[in-house]
Amino acid sequence: MSTIDTNAALPELAPVHNLPKGKLGVSLLILSEIFFFGTLIAVYLFYIGKDLSGPYPQDVLDPPFAAPTWAPMAVSFNSIFLLTSSIWIWLAVKALEQGAMARFTLFWALTIAFGGVFLAGTGFEWYGLIAEDGLWLNTNLFGSCFFTLVGFHAAHVTIGLLLMTIVLVLTLCGYNHQRHAGKVDLLSWYWHFVDGVWIFVFTVVYIIGYYG
Amino acid sequence: MRRAFVASGWMMSLLAATASGAAPVCAPGTAEMPSMFLPRSEPAEIILDITWLIIGICAVIFIVMEGLIVWAIIRYRKKRSESEGGEPPQVYGSNPVELAWTVIPLLIVFVLFLVSARGIFEIDKQEPPPGSLEVTVVGHRWWWEFDYGDLGFVTANELHIPLTKDGEPQSVYLMLESADVIHSFWVPQLAGKMDVVPGRINHLWLQPSRAGKYIGQCAEYCGNQHANMLITVYVHTEEEFARWVENQQKEAVEDAAVAEGRDLFMSTACINCHTIRGTVADGTFAPDLTHLMSRSVLGAGAAANTPDRLREWVWDPQNIKPGCDMPSMKLSREETDRICDYLETLK
Amino acid sequence: MTTAPESPRLALKAPPLSRLHEWVVTVDHKKLGLMYITSGLLFFIIGGLEATMMRWQLAWSDMGVVMPDEFNRLFTMHGTTMVFLVGMPILLGSANYLVPLMIGTRDLAFPRLNAFGFWLFLFGGLLLYFSYFGGQGLYGMGSAPDVGWFAYAPLTERTFSRGHSTDYWILGLLVSGFGSIATGINLVATILCMRCKGMSLMKMPIFVWIMLIDAILVVIAMPPLAASQVMLLFDRSLGAHFFDVQGGGSAVLWQNLFWFFGHPEVYILILPAFAFVSEIIPVFCRKVLFGYPLMVAATVAIGFISLGVWVHHMFAVGLSPAVNTAFMASTMLIAVPTGIKMFNWVATMYGGKIRLHTPMLFSLGFLVQFLFGGLTGIMLAVVPFDWQVSDSYFVVGHFHYVLFGGLVFTIFAAIYYWFPKVSGKMLSERIGKWHFWTLFIGFNLTFAPMHVSGMLGMPRRIYTYHADRGWEIWNLISSIGVLFQIIGVLFFAWNLLRSLKKGKPAGDDPWDAWTLEWSTPSPPPAWNFDVDPEVRSRRPLWDKKHPEDPDWKYE
Ligand code: HEA
Ligand code: HEA
Ligand code: HEC
Ligand code: CUA
Ligand SMILES: [Cu+2]
Repeated sequence: MSTIDTNAALPELAPVHNLPKGKLGVSLLILSEIFFFGTLIAVYLFYIGKDLSGPYPQDVLDPPFAAPTWAPMAVSFNSIFLLTSSIWIWLAVKALEQGAMARFTLFWALTIAFGGVFLAGTGFEWYGLIAEDGLWLNTNLFGSCFFTLVGFHAAHVTIGLLLMTIVLVLTLCGYNHQRHAGKVDLLSWYWHFVDGVWIFVFTVVYIIGYYG
Repeated sequence: MRRAFVASGWMMSLLAATASGAAPVCAPGTAEMPSMFLPRSEPAEIILDITWLIIGICAVIFIVMEGLIVWAIIRYRKKRSESEGGEPPQVYGSNPVELAWTVIPLLIVFVLFLVSARGIFEIDKQEPPPGSLEVTVVGHRWWWEFDYGDLGFVTANELHIPLTKDGEPQSVYLMLESADVIHSFWVPQLAGKMDVVPGRINHLWLQPSRAGKYIGQCAEYCGNQHANMLITVYVHTEEEFARWVENQQKEAVEDAAVAEGRDLFMSTACINCHTIRGTVADGTFAPDLTHLMSRSVLGAGAAANTPDRLREWVWDPQNIKPGCDMPSMKLSREETDRICDYLETLK
Repeated sequence: MTTAPESPRLALKAPPLSRLHEWVVTVDHKKLGLMYITSGLLFFIIGGLEATMMRWQLAWSDMGVVMPDEFNRLFTMHGTTMVFLVGMPILLGSANYLVPLMIGTRDLAFPRLNAFGFWLFLFGGLLLYFSYFGGQGLYGMGSAPDVGWFAYAPLTERTFSRGHSTDYWILGLLVSGFGSIATGINLVATILCMRCKGMSLMKMPIFVWIMLIDAILVVIAMPPLAASQVMLLFDRSLGAHFFDVQGGGSAVLWQNLFWFFGHPEVYILILPAFAFVSEIIPVFCRKVLFGYPLMVAATVAIGFISLGVWVHHMFAVGLSPAVNTAFMASTMLIAVPTGIKMFNWVATMYGGKIRLHTPMLFSLGFLVQFLFGGLTGIMLAVVPFDWQVSDSYFVVGHFHYVLFGGLVFTIFAAIYYWFPKVSGKMLSERIGKWHFWTLFIGFNLTFAPMHVSGMLGMPRRIYTYHADRGWEIWNLISSIGVLFQIIGVLFFAWNLLRSLKKGKPAGDDPWDAWTLEWSTPSPPPAWNFDVDPEVRSRRPLWDKKHPEDPDWKYE
């Protein structure tokens, strides 16, 4: 094109600040997820205290700041695992960027393990709620909201774990290298998001929903 | 040019519609067109005033914009004769002009906002005005229940209200509830609509200014027979209303001549759904039949309440109102006649 | 003009099966764009036929053309189809086709995601229509959803809508909705990451700007719908109580959730219309778009405000006067940025040399009809007036003026404008003018009287009405209008098919236009541009055609 224009007085091309498309794409995915979870959280908040019958959150949930005994704090304990996994994945990505594959594998496996503990914890909690307390989606509003919100979060954790496991397998088979750090980093963004959402879910379900 | 004519033609037809409605020829007992341009009650009148104002404002904006567009087309249309002759001067924008058409609409909108906000607070009464007649309206699929509370009776599909009380305009305050899905109570000549939402109690304020019969209709889609969920409102003079109330308060008449039909009714499943006060029939699922014959319609306006139609209804309501919640009771023609003879005495 | 080499063409046509295969596996934005648009147009015919049935039934009082439940399915499927299976794919398709060409790049940011999005959309749509067969098992017809396009709870709960038809509504839209989100993400990423040299944000064609805002709206408005639909699905299939009033759920909550999506959705639908005319009007007036920066600002403002007005669909629900007043204010505010756009388009016409070709005719039709629809929208925003006409035919009139008179008219404008680029053939101007005038007359005949019947008390979604209501004449006119519309659509179909066979060759730049897509051959080669374009202004081709007075001096 520029071949035709011999006009020497052409101005400089304006600088174009194109963004990296992978990062932007994942950010947009996260944006849409925020609106998805935002909706579920808004509904949860709306229905707090509107149940017609029990069990109520106070009967069956484990509150985070429960007085002397430590036992009921399972959920909070769990949450610590999930949140810590964010640190591991951050360290893992750092390691990959530096090409330290062994360190990467270690932290990556830790992330999966911690995420797995969280998921297992959720499983135990659900087992208790469903089998012992008789709470399910169709029991009352609390059940509907709880299992939907926590369930969707758990589904996201599961997806994250699956993806991370794939990366782990690829790494162990020797297909993952320093040059893939960018893509692995994107996966870590998703994981951070899943963790971040949990802070809100936790606050809404176990604090506001319990004490409010 | 043609475009302008077509467009302004629509505005004219709007106005014509209003004008034709404004001079009703109205035999007694027949209803006027359910037009919001024939307000017969205070809130509807307030709304109509606001309506004229916004129609006016919007018409002016429309005509001005339309004029600008049409003029631009005529004035700047490229003539066939005009040879190519290069491009017209390029104008990239103009701050003052653009500022003007940001600010002017803002001002118009602000005025509109003030007027309508006032209207909202005038019409939307959160508490019943003193001395109101209070009626609970329950929307069912697909008929209306009117519970006169203190007056001690329940009726269906036809709302009766007084015009005045002691010579003063009478406020009527409706409490709207739903038994199933969302409906909407809309009698355009009396007030704007108000949704009837399950799990909520909504309110609607009426203050009729002329006696007569007014037609309205459920305005929120509520399933199969949404189209046949009509509302009839009778605005009576004080005395007429008192007479109507007195009759409604009575229990169902006992007429030995139709005892056979009565017994048949009482031994059929009818009583599970319908109430006839003073008898064993006390179902609440369906319209109260105590004074069925005081109503002019069957099935919330699906049919006129004539002896023939009543027989057809009881024989098989699904023919008249397909999908409605009253099943065909599989009576014989004979039984149907007996029952209907009885029902016809329920004046 | 271009020194680009002839794009190499295969001399032999591939056999049909492998050509089909090529379309099925393609990840090319142009092919996907065309598939989006074609399926949108086919769905338009289906939705139009449904509407025709309704108008036939309503042409006179007490008609018996269809049964009540059939009628209810018709308007549900008609509305759902037109919004989700006509408006959405055509907007996503045209953005797909044009955005990369306009920003001078090879494809969307994520081509495979793009294909995925398209197929999700298509299968979602087919799933919705499968309800006609699958809604109650396989016996008999007529089991499509019948709950209205906004599916108000609790009517959609299992208690009141049995069988599976409502589940089809949920799942079909859920699937196609995910496709839309994917494509929305893709479009934003494309626009923000792949612009050619020199195309800073403020040098993007206005079309691209509007599509950017539109795609962002898609990304944030569709997920709440998906979440709500999932909750409804849980209610229906797992016995949850979100919208189940007997179980303490709230009917109004669904309305809030739906309209939080639904209102942005209608702006998602109209923004592409703005995008089309913002490109077409300048070219056919031979003038640069008036007030580009303010246009951009107005688009952003519309995007923002549209997220905060949803309660105007719920004025009659019985919310408090304060809430109604607040949302009335935000709703009315939208007149300001929209007005700015109207005024800027008209200002673009002033002092121009207007060529009344078919794309321009349709754009003018848009200006007139959208103005009308916008003003009735403002009337609806006036709460007391809305209490009268909400859920009446006045609303039906309003939204057909903006959706049909606005969106569909500009879709036709866009097809007449870009068809030469896409196919290399011109559409017939003569048939195009017939198409325009029959559709224009038919459209106004059909939808203008609805405002009257609405104010005369006719609610929407009624399958019939009694003779003594006095609504016949208005309905009859409406229904007669549909005949004209059908003729118009047939003219269009004829024009398309005829031109594909034997239309005049178009050349690269038949309209003497200014944006990058016209600098590449028609149809564009798979790689779009032989040389990566560079731009110095919003109208790169203008600069090239008028080196003595280029745009970049003024921007
Ligand atoms: C393309 C889609 C589209 C668009 C663009 C609009 C635009 C607008 N709509 Fe519309 N609307 C719908 C599609 C759309 N609508 C649909 C589908 C429904 C019904 C859904 C259903 O129930 O099924 C609906 C329903 C609807 C309602 C609810 C009615 C009810 O159910 O009770 C309301 C109420 O406020 C409303 C208002 C508006 C307003 C204020 C605008 C504004 O954006 C209009 C702004 C434009 C202008 C005002 C014209 C140009 C401006 C000027 C020339 C400046 C000067 C003007 C002034 C100062 C006033 N719309
Ligand atoms: C983009 C959106 C869009 C479009 C374009 C249309 C187009 C039309 N609409 Fe629609 N409409 C809606 C969106 C739209 N509608 C929505 C959202 C609703 C609300 C639904 C609800 O309440 O839930 C609605 C509701 C609605 C109703 C109200 C139903 C009711 O409340 O009871 C009516 C009634 O007349 C109607 C009529 C029409 C008509 C006559 C057309 C016509 O303009 C259609 C014209 C098209 C054709 C006539 C095509 C015919 C073509 C052929 C026959 C050619 C075939 C030939 C070949 C294949 C070669 N529509
Ligand atoms: C399963 C419940 C049910 C039974 C049993 C039933 N009905 Fe009904 N009936 C209804 C319902 C519901 C309506 C309102 C229908 C509508 O308008 O949609 C109705 C309406 C009517 C009406 C019209 C009332 C009005 O004001 O419009 C009459 C008359 C009537 N029923 C008579 C009978 C008779 C007689 C029987 C017994 C032979 C009977 N019904 C049995 C449910 C029932
Ligand atoms: Cu009740 Cu519609
Ligand atoms: Cu809206």
